[in-house]
Amino acid sequence: MSDATLDPRLTSGRVAPKRAMRLSWSDPRFRAIVWQVVILGGVAAVVWYLIHNTSQNLASRRIATGFGFLTRTAGIPIGESLISYNPAEDTYGRALLIGVLNTLKVAVVGIVLATILGTLIGIGRLSKNWLMARLTAFYVETIRDIPLLLQLLFWYTILQGLPAPRNALSIGGAVWLSNRGLKLPTLNWETAHTVALLMFIVGIVGTWWWNRRARLLQEATGDRPAVWPVAVGMLLALPLLVWAVLGAPFQWDVPALHGFNFTGGANISPEYFALLLGLVTYTAGYIAEIVRSGIQAVPMGQWEAAGALGLKRGAVLRRIVLPQALRVIVPPMTSQYLNLIKNSSLAVAIGYQDLVSVANTTLNQTGQAIEGIAVIMAVYLTISLSISLFMNWYNAHIALVER
Amino acid sequence: MSMTSSVARPLPVPSRDAPAGAGALAWLKTNLFPTWISTAVTLALGYIIVRIIIAFVSWALFNAIWTVPYSANGIAQTAVCQNIKGIGACWAVIADKYRLILFGRYPYDEQWRPAIVVLIFIGLYAVSAMRRFWRKELVLIWAAALTVVGVLMWGGVFGLPVVSDDQWGGLPITLILATFGLAFGFPLAVLVALGRRSTHLPAVKTLCVVYVELIRGVPLISVLFMASVMFPLFMPAGVNIDKLLRAQIAIILFAAAYLAEVVRGGLQALPKGQAEAADALGLSYWKKTGFIVLPQALRLVIPPLVNTFIGFFKDTSLVLIIGLFDLLTMGKVALSDPPWQSFSTEVYITLALIYIAFCFAMSRYSRGLERELGASQRR
Repeated sequence: MSDATLDPRLTSGRVAPKRAMRLSWSDPRFRAIVWQVVILGGVAAVVWYLIHNTSQNLASRRIATGFGFLTRTAGIPIGESLISYNPAEDTYGRALLIGVLNTLKVAVVGIVLATILGTLIGIGRLSKNWLMARLTAFYVETIRDIPLLLQLLFWYTILQGLPAPRNALSIGGAVWLSNRGLKLPTLNWETAHTVALLMFIVGIVGTWWWNRRARLLQEATGDRPAVWPVAVGMLLALPLLVWAVLGAPFQWDVPALHGFNFTGGANISPEYFALLLGLVTYTAGYIAEIVRSGIQAVPMGQWEAAGALGLKRGAVLRRIVLPQALRVIVPPMTSQYLNLIKNSSLAVAIGYQDLVSVANTTLNQTGQAIEGIAVIMAVYLTISLSISLFMNWYNAHIALVER
Repeated sequence: MSMTSSVARPLPVPSRDAPAGAGALAWLKTNLFPTWISTAVTLALGYIIVRIIIAFVSWALFNAIWTVPYSANGIAQTAVCQNIKGIGACWAVIADKYRLILFGRYPYDEQWRPAIVVLIFIGLYAVSAMRRFWRKELVLIWAAALTVVGVLMWGGVFGLPVVSDDQWGGLPITLILATFGLAFGFPLAVLVALGRRSTHLPAVKTLCVVYVELIRGVPLISVLFMASVMFPLFMPAGVNIDKLLRAQIAIILFAAAYLAEVVRGGLQALPKGQAEAADALGLSYWKKTGFIVLPQALRLVIPPLVNTFIGFFKDTSLVLIIGLFDLLTMGKVALSDPPWQSFSTEVYITLALIYIAFCFAMSRYSRGLERELGASQRR
């Protein structure tokens, strides 16, 4: 508890005089110390007992402890990986790193998609259209009552039951869906694209600077120069112009069927697709409820009062309603993001090689159970704690400042 | 406590009659076709919904096959189902496998025992949901019910044949893992929550914080892995605890951390004056906690408690990954039978309906309770 919340009479120098602690059961401070010693002692004894047993068991099974196995050759085949990997040469350490990257890959994309879908459904639940409101309510109710693992298995079987590449379902001849996964066309990346991207980043900085200048000017004079023409110019026109000057390269790499499989384009494996689909649809059900309650938490009077002050609807939403709704939304949203990340560990059930899956194979191959589980827990704890810290900071940033 | 009716209303509520022209047409006009955009949304959604419902109903009912012939040696002949795959459902798989899915490999002639166990659990939930049982005696009811569950499942007394727990499976396992997780996790959670709130015992507080944050920071599956591969190493040589118990311990430890946060929420919501008044009366810590703080704090957190319970009711399905035979695993086992291998959709839909039945009832209950308790809290 921080000092600010203490009773002011106590903090203004009227602290009770310190007395020497008596070694008697009637002294609360003495009791507190005894209790803590007893409880900590008990816990320490249990922990010591478990460690003692474990070390004896490990010795009798001739399992060496330690993380030495991380530098040994893994030999785990890994289907998809963001970095290069060769099972015959690379180590367990690198295999686990790929697992972490695969976890992050599904988590980041999942969080973005679940937020979008969840927000849409949450807004849909507040729709004045009865059909829309009932349909989204039905979705939220149903999707949250079915275990995620069951949903994942269901999606995975559906994807496995799709036709073979030869009879793949196609959207416009460019996107192909088969039991080998989803094939997407990719852009042939050229220097012009990199430069255009750089210009876009320059545009973001420029727009931010112009917006700041406009705000300062408004505070000083009351006149606000228009921001949107500059924003459009810097964010859209500048990158497009540069791209056009550099020859406007625009070439798609479209997947095409050769023999039994596709070549070209990007591939989304059925495992990744099923996991992403399950995580996104499941988490969106929870996010929808959070968004709905967040919007409902802002009283109508806020809209009306802001309108009475002459603010435009967009400004009301941006400056009055959203800041208040976000304050309600952010904490539960954080825990949903964390849940999504933790739930991505169910990948192991459908064969997507995330951290848990790779670590599980590792501990089965090496027998290093304790180390394997320690790696899993350490990685998830690091992710969880860093997101919590960031969100706590953000939450403090947007929190209501009272007196 | 029927506080809902005692909320004083300072002013008479204006009667909320519908505007003139009320009736089905007016309702349609305000709720489905108020504006052009809304009308377009209604029509588009209506079209999609009708199409989906027609497709689903004709698949699940009209074109479905309910029974299949069996060959002389008892193997199901599923050719007729294979032929209409994608057009009609093959519910014969459920007719063939429902005993396996619900009760696992429990001896066939003894399956009335797990059936009664399921009923006992449902009765236990129903009793716990009733306000008039929200008192200390509820603990005794739970203890009695869980003892009866243990006796029925294991047997060995009253002339019931012994059934060892590696033969248990299906719905009882799901219910046992979730309910025992709550029954044993909850007392632990209360202690941890109290420890986390204590101001005089910094070391104990740290211990509780570390425990809660550690468990909540990692996925359940890693705790279950720990239970299945590390617990055997923790035990002295020669001592073996079986798989089900290991998973149960993991779920209890996991549930306790989440429940502790729920209980802590209740402790925080309770006005400080309650504890201070108890202190002023000279009550000891345990009397204050047991008679003043907990009864009020726990009442506040019953709705989130039910929601947490729904959460780990669903989460028990994760024991599939460590090879325990819960409801979901039994569904997969049923699907591993060669004649039925390609009818997973039917099985998964059935399993989903069972989970929905439990979760929906509980979430409905918790929401109603929230509204009721909320009405008495609002002033």
